[in-house]
Amino acid sequence: MNVAGRWRWWELLLWALAFAAPFGLAGHALIINEIAIVALFALSLDLILGYTGIVSLGHAAFFGMGAYSAALFAKLVMPDPLVGLAVGIAAATALGAVCSVTILRGTDLTRLMVTLGVGLILMELANKLDWLTGGADGLQGVVMGPLLGRFAFDLSGQVAAVYSVTVLLVLFVLARRLVQSPFGATLKAIRDNRLRAMAIGIPVGQRLVVVYTVAAGAAGAAGALLAQTTGFASLDLFEFHRSADVMLVLVIGGVGWLYGGIAGAVVFKLMQDALSSITPQYWTFWIGLFLVVLVSVGRERLVRPWTWWRP
Amino acid sequence: MSNLQATPDTVLSAQGLVMRFGGITATNDVTLHLRKGARHALIGPNGAGKTTLINLLTGVLQPTAGSIVLDGQDITHLAPHQRVRRGMVRTFQINQLFDSLTPLETLTMVVSQHRGLGGSWWQPLGARAEVNQRCQALLAQFHLSEVQRQPTRVLAYGKRRLLEIAIALACEPRVLLLDEPVAGVPAGEREELLQTVAALPADVSILLIEHDMDLVFSFARRMTVLVNGAVLTEGDPDQIAVDPQVKAVYLGQEGSDHG
Repeated sequence: MNVAGRWRWWELLLWALAFAAPFGLAGHALIINEIAIVALFALSLDLILGYTGIVSLGHAAFFGMGAYSAALFAKLVMPDPLVGLAVGIAAATALGAVCSVTILRGTDLTRLMVTLGVGLILMELANKLDWLTGGADGLQGVVMGPLLGRFAFDLSGQVAAVYSVTVLLVLFVLARRLVQSPFGATLKAIRDNRLRAMAIGIPVGQRLVVVYTVAAGAAGAAGALLAQTTGFASLDLFEFHRSADVMLVLVIGGVGWLYGGIAGAVVFKLMQDALSSITPQYWTFWIGLFLVVLVSVGRERLVRPWTWWRP
Repeated sequence: MSNLQATPDTVLSAQGLVMRFGGITATNDVTLHLRKGARHALIGPNGAGKTTLINLLTGVLQPTAGSIVLDGQDITHLAPHQRVRRGMVRTFQINQLFDSLTPLETLTMVVSQHRGLGGSWWQPLGARAEVNQRCQALLAQFHLSEVQRQPTRVLAYGKRRLLEIAIALACEPRVLLLDEPVAGVPAGEREELLQTVAALPADVSILLIEHDMDLVFSFARRMTVLVNGAVLTEGDPDQIAVDPQVKAVYLGQEGSDHG
């Protein structure tokens, strides 16, 4: 069982590539930054969806909360990115703790509706509190200080990409610890069979509150990174399509597998980037087609072309 | 009827349990005492209220009246997981397993949870030698060692049935409620299961809910007959076997099935 905690060679290679990419592909640092942020957002959703079996269509609420908190902190208090990141995580974590009571009862369908509702409420709040958030115009004039007091965010996005990949790695390592621990095993038990999980003495409600809160904090980190690296926060962060997109990313990459969010983010963002440059108006058509094929054929088969023509 | 009274070595006492659902009384003044190491069978025709009684004992339902005492502590109002921590554990008539986990992962998770490690998130699962030892002992005891690394969903039915009981025993129960442990097990896998049930630790008090009369009479040293939510009678298997009331209500009904 101890081998589960060991890092495999391809994992180390993958992370080395992730850190090399902003320098090797300097012209693409901006999209690398975006991929890292989406991957982190998907990773946070996987903790509740993939590992605990809690469906959510409102995960953008925590993403937006982290983004606005970090952006407001930079604008009103101080421009240091790391402190701002901590503030974004803290705010989203607190919101997650409050919202966690809404997912304790009911079925998957009621959870979809409740999480969706929470997302809508927050978006409307950000819209109405325009003296603070800038309302529909978005929060402008966010100026970030240099990272660690030395590395200023540049226009090409290299510093931003390294920053986001680093935060992704740190939270990935923590999430990896968590899902391989006894705590993580009890989450999988709840996902597989909630009735039996209760019958062996797992405090199911308490576990759900903890994992939902932790996932909210990680989503807040992703949101904070986006706001800090783009210097902007808008209502779009809370939009329903963000919650839906992150679920798509996870479905593409695979749920219940920590690299699923990363793989999904890479595929989704690269497809979006490539398709929207070819056909700016209709790229969602191709994403949709890809999803239909993916789900009908199955991910296992799709990534193994040599099995396509076998019965 | 002195056995109907609590004695110093009584582990579990259910006293005057009543459960009403609207106008229906599913459990009617049921009193039951289990001694340390008891092998107690609960029998009764379908609809006698056996399932309701299990749900009352495990805390899924709150009784309308009556009390439940485990090891001298009143647990009537405790939540299910709190009762498990105090040693009240059940198995299910229909397997309730963790299909994506292996038997090894399942038992490591259960033992860790039971030893207060369920909230720890930094150490990997299976990092503690004493937890692993306990799991290997359980896997051997339940004939699951060879399949310990296969996902539970691919196991044969008999193995799944064994795992069902192994999970409960991993919680180190004081009182174990076995709900029809051999139900649906094919003949070829039945013997292994019966032997395992017979070899359960002697200090665990077991309440067996079962329709299989061969198992009941070979296993139980004490029996309670439940009819229409109430205790019809309680006694040793010899007494129950010749009790005319039981024959009329329960065994008689079975007899009539055969014509």
